[in-house]
Amino acid sequence: MIKTEPILKANGIEKYFNDPVRVKVLDNICFEIQKGDFVAITGKSGCGKSTLLYILSTLDTDYDGQLWLEGKLTSGKTDKELALIRNQKIGFVFQFHYLLNEFTVLKNVMLPALKLGQKSKEEIEHDAIQNLKLLGMDQKALKNANQLSGGEKQRVAIARALINQPLIIMGDEPTGNLDNKNTDIVYDIFKELSTTFQQTLLIVTHDQEFAAKTHRTLVMEDGRMV
Amino acid sequence: MVRVNLDIAKSLMTARWQQTGIAAVGVTFSITMFIALLGFMNGLNSMLDGLIINRTAHVRLYNDISPTKNQPIAIGTDSTKEHHFIHSLKATSVRKDIYNAPQIMQALRQDKRVTGIAPRLSAQILYNAGSIDITGVLNGIEADAESNLFHFSDYISRGEAKDLNSIPNAVILGKGVAEKLLVEPGDVVQVTTSLGNKLSLKVVAFFQSGIAEYDKVQSFVSIETVQKLLGVSKSYVSDIQVKLTDITLAPAYAKELSAVYQVNAEDIQTANEQFETGSFIRSLISYAVGITLLIVAGFGIYNILNMMIYEKMDTIAILKATGFSGADVRSIFMYIALSIGLVGGLVGLIIGYVLLRIIDTIPFVTAALPTINTYPVDYNPVYFFIGITFSLITTALAGFFPSRKASIVDPVTIIRGK
Ligand SMILES: Nc1ncnc2c1ncn2[C@@H]1O[C@H](COP(=O)(O)OP(=O)(O)O)[C@@H](O)[C@H]1O
Ligand SMILES: [Mg+2]
Repeated sequence: MIKTEPILKANGIEKYFNDPVRVKVLDNICFEIQKGDFVAITGKSGCGKSTLLYILSTLDTDYDGQLWLEGKLTSGKTDKELALIRNQKIGFVFQFHYLLNEFTVLKNVMLPALKLGQKSKEEIEHDAIQNLKLLGMDQKALKNANQLSGGEKQRVAIARALINQPLIIMGDEPTGNLDNKNTDIVYDIFKELSTTFQQTLLIVTHDQEFAAKTHRTLVMEDGRMV
Repeated sequence: MVRVNLDIAKSLMTARWQQTGIAAVGVTFSITMFIALLGFMNGLNSMLDGLIINRTAHVRLYNDISPTKNQPIAIGTDSTKEHHFIHSLKATSVRKDIYNAPQIMQALRQDKRVTGIAPRLSAQILYNAGSIDITGVLNGIEADAESNLFHFSDYISRGEAKDLNSIPNAVILGKGVAEKLLVEPGDVVQVTTSLGNKLSLKVVAFFQSGIAEYDKVQSFVSIETVQKLLGVSKSYVSDIQVKLTDITLAPAYAKELSAVYQVNAEDIQTANEQFETGSFIRSLISYAVGITLLIVAGFGIYNILNMMIYEKMDTIAILKATGFSGADVRSIFMYIALSIGLVGGLVGLIIGYVLLRIIDTIPFVTAALPTINTYPVDYNPVYFFIGITFSLITTALAGFFPSRKASIVDPVTIIRGK
């Protein structure tokens, strides 16, 4: 049997904070994610989930250990190279629906693709509207980002994360700030992305119910995988 | 890719259009003042320079009356050991005209460095006004050459310069002279030379240089009239005025002519040093004021950008999380700074130009300058070019540090901080 290359591989990742004293917040994190996996990371608040996700998404470069994406080592790359990886390979969904209030919903979704610059503006606009449709947000495409409710913003953020057909979507408690109804909507969206499009997903959550519905759950405790 | 950054810069600016506008108005104000000051100051400069430089030859050839430099007594003896009781061999029977003038003029006319030449022959005379005589100078000129090269016709306050050629024994009187003699164009004045020759001249025009002392003494006739009055030949010329294609060549050219033709040659720079200094100081003041204003505007832009970046930390963090690099973020904020500089600067150029047009219409009448009716303004495109360049440089400098700060914002700290 041919062993397929993992989409994401973490090897011995360690992270210290020096403020106010030197504390180890991540200790020897090793795991792999295969294509099409739907993985949840759970653990008590303060156990280091967010810290790990920032490292995995290449936003945080100050750590020990190695991180591979598609079999390529990302540790030690330049700011520009990492920006391109984030742009092309990673879709990020935050707990707090970070949209740019200066732009319309549609433009927010389009921006990462405009940055990548591989398609014409018309194609990108078409893709963005498709994504918004998928998330039931196409009616709001021309609204300003700050005119949306929390749940709507989160759906737009997911549409944005999908625009460049990323290798993996990472979410840091994407439902943490939503009511039950919206949490269910967002969960259903992830589920559909996983089953229909074989989208790889890595979602941090402390919602046990949510975690139970994924393919695989990684549990963290005091900076370690258990 | 660059288009996206520009697009984002534009959106950030429109979202904060009031702040952006205020920053741009600062630039506009300083560029307006810069253009208005430079245009006006240099207008004044060229007017004042014009008073002297326009009508002064770049190089003037003449024959000075001076005793010989090699006094005969010094030739045979050693002057360090002995005292000379005889030391002053005075100048005598020196010719006042330029030796070989026609040949020199011929050669000068063929020289590529020379724009044109105008010969002169001046005579000390007395204007006869009733019972008293007024001393004066009669300048024999070639009216066309003087007008073409030295703006002679600009200083004619009544009548026409070219009548000097067409009307026999015509004279253009200095304004001061005319006032003393109480004559009008069309009247006749009598002049007497130092040798007692008398001549009647018909007044055709008045000359007003702007320098009253000069106008009280000088009058102009054709060069032939003076030659006739002095009883000398047609080749007799006391001055040759040379105008060069490049004024900066004058000192070297004067030396060359002096050596080749054995005449005295004076260049304009040596003759009018003080005017250069005045012009220089006036330009310096305008540049200093303009640049000071721009620096103040630069600090305004610096503050506003810093404020904007502080407010837009979230935006910067999201941009970075979704794939914009530090360099992209820096270019976004540099675009903002440069747009403020470009738009503010261009509007400043336009308002500055309008202001100059207004200054240009304000009446400025002075007896000293008959050809000037409004304040002088210089619309030299170079000032507009310098203005926009300065505004771009200032805003680029003002934008540099805030943009760098934005580019090194750590998105993790911002996202975590929510
Ligand atoms: N900038 C920081 N400086 C010092 N300690 C930090 C910093 N950020 C997070 N921590 C600490 O690191 C630990 C892990 O935090 P985090 O990854 O946010 O946990 P989680 O997301 O699992 O709740 C916590 O104890 C937190 O207090
Ligand atoms: Mg967290």
